Amino acid sequence: MAGASSTYGLLLAAVLFGIGFTGLLVRRNLIVVLACIEIMLNAAGLAFVVAGARWGRPDGQVMFLFVLAMAAAEVTVGLAIAIRFRQSLHSLEVDDEMKG
Amino acid sequence: MDVLFFIAAAVAVISTIFVVTRGNLVHALLYLVVSLFAVAIVFYTLGAPFVAALEVIVYAGAIMMLFVFAVMLLNARADSLLPVPRRAWLGPLLLVAVLVAELLYALTLQHSSLRGVEVGPQQVSASLFGPYVLGVELASMLLLAALIGARHVAGQPDEEDGSIAGGSDGGDEGRPDDEATGGEADA
Repeated sequence: MAGASSTYGLLLAAVLFGIGFTGLLVRRNLIVVLACIEIMLNAAGLAFVVAGARWGRPDGQVMFLFVLAMAAAEVTVGLAIAIRFRQSLHSLEVDDEMKG
Repeated sequence: MDVLFFIAAAVAVISTIFVVTRGNLVHALLYLVVSLFAVAIVFYTLGAPFVAALEVIVYAGAIMMLFVFAVMLLNARADSLLPVPRRAWLGPLLLVAVLVAELLYALTLQHSSLRGVEVGPQQVSASLFGPYVLGVELASMLLLAALIGARHVAGQPDEEDGSIAGGSDGGDEGRPDDEATGGEADA
């Protein structure tokens, strides 16, 4: 029973990661790109928690806490960069920057 | 608990797809909150209640608040100040209603009927401050570095924006690059 649940949990993590990665490639808005990175990090944390629950160990949850701290740090700097991006380029579309 | 897991997983996948496909930024963030709630329910069904609570508090609370503040700062003069139309609330409301029903059902269940072994906050904390204490210190340093970095990147004073030839590096490089980009695109 635990094996089947961990299989489906890892499948869910893979699907969420795939959706986030697709959004990262498709969407051009900087805020949505950051949100997609959050989705991918959340899926990675979900995989950690599923693996930890599979063996009944707290290590997976501890790793999720580290992923959480890393995601918070990343999104702080990313949104600060987005604000500077908007101030200097007057746009949030990453394609406008890619032309330069 | 299998049913709860699968329903929460379906809600997570559907709302995450909506995050990617919605054109409006605020609607996408609304669906992202729903997605994080659904993943929290998945954590709960997996026997990790501590992480489920942290997912709601830190991800859906703190990080989403950062996103919303950034959206408010970025396009305060665009159409995002208009009230969100009532139809836009319907999708997230429906998905959250499913999650709330699921959570109420899970709370009425007997505790022993949770699937697998439950790893509670006590074990997690003992592990976090036992063998992983170095990681906790590194995470605190990372958060401090992110704080100072965000202050340095976004907290430039207004006088630099007013006087372009002020001599600071950030805006001084940004403006000519922008003009050069525009000229190149025109030519």
